[in-house]
This record gives sequence, C-alpha cells and structure tokens, in this order.
Amino acid sequence: MSLVNFTTREITCKIVYYGPGRSGKTTNLHYVYGRVPETRRGRMVSLATQTDRTLFFDFLPIDLGQISGFSTRFQLYTVPGQVYYNATRRLVLQGADGVVFVGDSQARQLDENIESLQNLQSNLLEHGVDVRTMPLVMQYNKQDLPPELILTQAELDDALNFRSVPSFSADALHGTGVFETLKGISELVLKKLAAGSPA
Amino acid sequence: MTSTLNPRFTFETFVVGAANRLAVTAGRTVAENPGSAYNPLFIYSGSGLGKTHLLMAIGHAAKALATQLNIEYLTLDEYVEAFHAAIAAGQGDAFRRRFQNVDVLLVDDVQFLTNRKEMQAELLRLTEALQQAGHQIVLASDRPPAEIADLDERLISRFSGGLVVDMGIPDYETRVAILRRKAEERGSKFQPGVLETVAKIDFPNVRELMGALNRLIAFQAVNDTPMNEEAARNVLGVSTAASSSAAPSPVASSPAASSDEFSQFLSDVTVTVGKAVEAWRARVAEAVLRWEGEGYRTGRLEKLLDQETPAAVDEAIAAYVQDVDRLKALEAEVAVLDPQAAGEKVFRDPDHMDDAEAAAAKVRDGAAPPPAPSAAFPLETYFAGSSNEVALSAARDAIAKPGKKYNPLVIVGPSGLGKTHLLNAIGLELARKKHAIVACLSTQQFVDELIAAIDGNRVDWWRARYRRATALLLDDIQLLAGKERTQEELFNLFNQFLDADRQLVFTAPAHPNRLEGLEERIISRLEGGLVVEIGEPDKDLRRGALERLLTTQRVPMEPALLDYLADRRVDSVRSLTGMVQRVVEAAAAQDAPVTAGLAREVLEGAPPPGTRRTTGLRTSGIVVSSAGGVRSREKMVWDWPASSDRVIEDVR
Repeated sequence: MSLVNFTTREITCKIVYYGPGRSGKTTNLHYVYGRVPETRRGRMVSLATQTDRTLFFDFLPIDLGQISGFSTRFQLYTVPGQVYYNATRRLVLQGADGVVFVGDSQARQLDENIESLQNLQSNLLEHGVDVRTMPLVMQYNKQDLPPELILTQAELDDALNFRSVPSFSADALHGTGVFETLKGISELVLKKLAAGSPA
Repeated sequence: MTSTLNPRFTFETFVVGAANRLAVTAGRTVAENPGSAYNPLFIYSGSGLGKTHLLMAIGHAAKALATQLNIEYLTLDEYVEAFHAAIAAGQGDAFRRRFQNVDVLLVDDVQFLTNRKEMQAELLRLTEALQQAGHQIVLASDRPPAEIADLDERLISRFSGGLVVDMGIPDYETRVAILRRKAEERGSKFQPGVLETVAKIDFPNVRELMGALNRLIAFQAVNDTPMNEEAARNVLGVSTAASSSAAPSPVASSPAASSDEFSQFLSDVTVTVGKAVEAWRARVAEAVLRWEGEGYRTGRLEKLLDQETPAAVDEAIAAYVQDVDRLKALEAEVAVLDPQAAGEKVFRDPDHMDDAEAAAAKVRDGAAPPPAPSAAFPLETYFAGSSNEVALSAARDAIAKPGKKYNPLVIVGPSGLGKTHLLNAIGLELARKKHAIVACLSTQQFVDELIAAIDGNRVDWWRARYRRATALLLDDIQLLAGKERTQEELFNLFNQFLDADRQLVFTAPAHPNRLEGLEERIISRLEGGLVVEIGEPDKDLRRGALERLLTTQRVPMEPALLDYLADRRVDSVRSLTGMVQRVVEAAAAQDAPVTAGLAREVLEGAPPPGTRRTTGLRTSGIVVSSAGGVRSREKMVWDWPASSDRVIEDVR
C-alpha cells in the first residue's frame, strides 16, 4: 500500500493500534469515532465476540479532506490482543504506515506489555520491516486508575520504551491523550514521507 | 495606492473557531516566517468571513516581529489600477521593481482575475519573482484557485503549490464569542441570553452577524430599557419558531464543542503534511516552473511528481540543474561557433544530454577555423632592404603589439614585391601568440566564402567564424571593388576588430584612396591606420635575395655573377626570381656552369643589348626551357606589349 500517491494526489495513512489484550485499543478508536464529524468518517467496522473482545480487527476510516491539494485519509486499525490471534495480527500489520503501541499501565500487566511488544517486533520482521524504521509511538493507557495499581509514565518508559519513541499517557475511555497519540503517530508517519527528501 | 493596514484588524481581534483555526494557524506561521513556511498562502472563504481581517492581521504580525519588513496590502483592483496607471505613464518597469521589493505582499479579492489575462500574466510573473526572492505572498479570494473562472493553469498550480486554506462559517460558539467581543469593543452591554439568541440565527457570514449586532446596539441606544431576548428577536425580525429550529439543541452543541478536538487534529495534520509532503513537492514544482520558464524541458522533474515514493528529490533537482548548466555552457560554446545551431532544441532538453553533447561536438568539428596564414612565407625568408624597411618595421610593430599600434596596417605596392609574403609572415608571427586565431586569406577567397555561406544559408556561421579571429589579414583588398555585400560584412568586422583592438592587415596595389569601387567608409577606415609602401627592390635587397636564390639553386656564389645580376634593375623580387631561373635553366641546357658571362648572354643575348625590357616581365617562375627546341629568339615573345596597347588592339 502506498502512503502518498502523487498521481491521484492522495495520502493514505494506515495506522495500527497494537498492544496486549484489554489494553484499550478499540476504546481509542471509539473515542476518535465519536469526535470525528459524521461526514468525515466511514463506518466503523468492528468484529467483536460476545464479550466485546476484538475478534478480528476494528477498522475506522477517516477522511481529512483536501490538505494542500491531497485528499487525505487515515485508516485506523486495531489488532486483537489475545496471544492466539497472532495470524490476524500479522495480517493487519501488513502495509501499516505507523503503529501505536497501546500499553496497559497496570503494574500486573507489565509482562503482557513486554510480550506484545516482542510479538510486534517479530511480526513486523515477518513482513520484512525493521521495527526501528517503522513510525511508532507508545500510549500508556488507563492512567486514570488508582496510582497504587499502575506504573507511572516514567516507569513504563523505562520498561518498554527502550527506543525512546514519543510516549503518551492516556485515559482512552474519557479521551485523555487519545488525539495526542493520534497526532503523534500522524506526525511521525507524515514526516517519514519527507525522509527521502530532507527538508 | 496601497491601502494601509486597518489597525483594528489584528490576530488579537480575530475570533478563532473550528472553522477558521487552520487558516489562522497558517496565517500566524506565515507572519512568523515570511517566505519560508507556505508560499504562496492562499486563503479563501465566503464573503464576510474574515479574509481581509486575516490578511491584515498577517501584515500586522509580520511587521511587529520584524519592523524592517516592507509589507504591502492591496486589493486586486488596486493592483490593476496601479498597473494601468504605471503603464500609461510609461513606468511599467518601475512598477514591477517596486513590487518585487515587497517582503510580504498581501493581495485581496484575487477572484477578480477572471477575464483579465494580462493581469494574470503580470501576477504570475510577480509571484514567480517574489517566490524566487524568498518573499511572502498571501492571497485571498472568495473561492479556491481552481474555481476562479478563466484562471491561467500556471497560476492555479502556483497557488496550489503553496498552501490553500479555507475559512468556513463560524459555529455557534464562535458566533457567540464574536458577538461578545464586538459588543464589548463598542461599549455595549446586553442582557444575558440576548447575544446567544442572535448567535442562534443562521447568518451566512460574520458581516451580517455584525449587521444584526449593530441593529441591536442602535435599538438599545434609543430605548432606555435594556433589550431582552424577545425584543432582540423582534428587532431582527426572526420568529421564535424559526430561531428555535435554527438553534442547535444542547445535545447537538456538545459534539460541536468536542469535534473541536478533531479540528485541532486536522489542522495539526495539515501543518505536518504541509511541512512534509508539500515541502519537497513545492521544491520540485518550483524547479519545474523555473526551468520551464527558461525554456527547458522538465519532463524529468515532472516524473518525480508522479513517483510514489520520492527518493532523493534534492539530489534529483541538483542533478537536473547541473545538466541545465552544462547545456547552457554547450549552448554558449556553440553560439560562438554557429549562432544558428545554438537555438536548437537539443540544448533545451536536459533529458537527452547525449544528444546535446553530440550536437555540440558536431558544431565544434564543423566550425573550421578561418583560413590560416601560409607556412610557406615565414618572416625569416623575407628579404629586407631599404625599399621595404618601413613596411617591415611597421609589420614588426604590429606583431609586437597587435591591434595597438597600427590598426589597420595597409601594405601597398606594385605586384611581386612581397606584399603577400609580408602579410603571411605577419600572420604566422601573430598566430604564435597564445589563443591566437589568425584569419589570413586572399580577398577573393573571402568573397567566395561569403557567397557560399549565403548560398548555404549559413551567414551567421560564417560571420561567427571570423568574429572569433584575433587578427584578420586580407590580401589584395582591391578585389573588394563592386562586392557590396562583402564590403558591408567587412565593414562590420572591421569595426568589431577595431573596437576589440584586434589587428587588421591588408595589402593593396595602390594607396587605398586610389582604389576604385571601394566604399568611402572602407577607404577612410583603411587610411585610418598606417599605409606603408613597398618600393622597387633596391640593390641591397636584390643582392640579399640573389644570394639566397643562388644558394637554394646550388649555384656556386661567384662575385662577378652576383654583381652582374644585382646590378640589373628589376621591378620586383618576383622578376628577380624569374631572371635567376632563366639563367640557371640556360646553364643546365648548355651543360655549362652558371657564370656572369652566361648570365649576360642569356639575359642580354645578342646585340643590340638593352632593347629587351625586363621591366614588366612577369615570369612568375614559369619559364620556357630554352632546351625545348625554341632556341630561336625570334620565336620567343620576350616582350609583351603593354596591356593598354593590347586593349586598344582588341577594340579595333
């Protein structure tokens, strides 16, 4: 998938929300969906189990309209977090322009976070993509939980963010940090466009 | 001519809402970095939504940040008027210069470009000039560039190459904010709820909203009691029902507020896209327009725009520019050799550098240098004597300081005295100098070449060939007589050579003013330098020449022979050469050594001696051998009648 098509003057950004199960990836998308004017968003496709767990993936297309003569579209995807859906994850990752790693801030979920991060790396490698070249931001979700249950952003940065990518603390349920994260990843993705031609 | 910026229209007084946040952000960015962020910035919105306000706010902000900036605001109509006035006054260039020195140019109402082709061209040129100089241009219009009727494609692409932003109708919250601020500015207070009521009415633009506010202010001023919501509605002639339908419900207003989050995101993305995507695209587009404007093919750059992943754009542009520079160099080189070939398209297409190189090589090969002096006439073999010492010394001066001392140098004298030799000798000496291109040829050849050039439609090439020469030496200038075109060409060449201090040398049989058929302007120029005469060879010269001639003929140098021959008067060295040859041939025929006696016998023959004229004898080295059976003197015509006698014979 091409990020920028200069012939049709289109920019399409595929952004994948990645992370362990129940970390709040779909919640992120729901919040974004709620804030995008109806005319700008497509139907949010959500394939969920009866317990509301993402079965396959969520898909939310957003049309940002004409930007500098480019019709700009963002496609937001989430992957199912559960370990056994790895084939689906790999499929969704294909052609991603940027990845948001949604981590669970709860202290007891740290291992799951690390495992998911490693899984992301290996899945990207399967697509022949080096995680270092992939635009990536970290979102530490559920920061609204009682402080004794969660790790702080600094602690999580220490544990997970060894590449020092931009990180955001968030409360996806109430929207805190959701758009900041989206903005962060968009900037990285769009800047990568210019990487071939340094400004 | 230029409107001054309205001091009320600043960013501070501009109420920012979701509908115009992007435009305001872009405007601020431009004001902070004029010329570098988005250039041009094109703002469009419906009437009365704050375009003019924003334009002026940009002007104010830019001025506040850098007071030395030259900022101009004007509407397109003002621009057009000023342009027409300038043209009428013959000040078109001054007008253009004036605008090219503007650091931030703010042009309002550019939609009026419709049906104004000449203004479009003017604006395109100005935009180009400003962009190249890194000056900011901000345009405002009531519609996007592509929708301005009859707008030049190039202008559309120019405008779109920067950033095109629109401003929408402000949402309810923004309308309330606007009303509050404006009421405050005017010192009016309204009861709570009144302004909100006004804001709920669907006005198509802010200007009408202001009109409504003004009416409220006016009504409130004449009435003592403060106006309530109901009264406000009545004043504005809106029914309660209509207003309630137009009013957003509390539920609906909440997404409006929170959709702001998305708008913010949108504007951020736009800025990022502007920086990332547009930056290189703009650079490529700029390069395309620039080189296209200079007449170069830009296919290679245009292909860049089609590429999906633009890799190394700057390198590609740099390589392109390098190729263009090479083309320019080739073209310049070719222009010298052959001005006609320089105009060829191959020198405008950087995509086919090989073709251009080949074409240049062809021209280079084809551009033969002008005829060079003959190596058969070196200066060393020139016989010097008192009869030609003035000419020789002038020649040496001309060689030492070509173009500086005697220009032109005209060597005159009868035939056979070595004018051609001296001319070529000068040429050979001049040609030894660095970068010297010496054109040395007979006037006849010069004329023939020109005729051939005219025939082959290559006069430019022919001219360029001679113009490159550092010295021009023409033999037998009298042959120009009656050749008007050649005289014309020579006259021009003459002037160029004189101006550039390049040496000109001519030979003529007589003083220029006695030559017939030459134009006065040529004659006067010939006389303007130095005219030196070569006289009949004197005894010293004859002796020197004889010594060398006898040596080359391997004749033993007998003093008596030398004395005898040297004493004989000849009118030219050429005759002298003929004389020696005759003696040598005779000696060979008789198988006798060359002696003074033999020479006397051959040259004077049987008595009566002295009846034979040697003067006027033009043997030119062609000698009929006396061994060929024509021994009889009666059968040899030694003395031809003078040419004038012959002519009379013929006429009879």
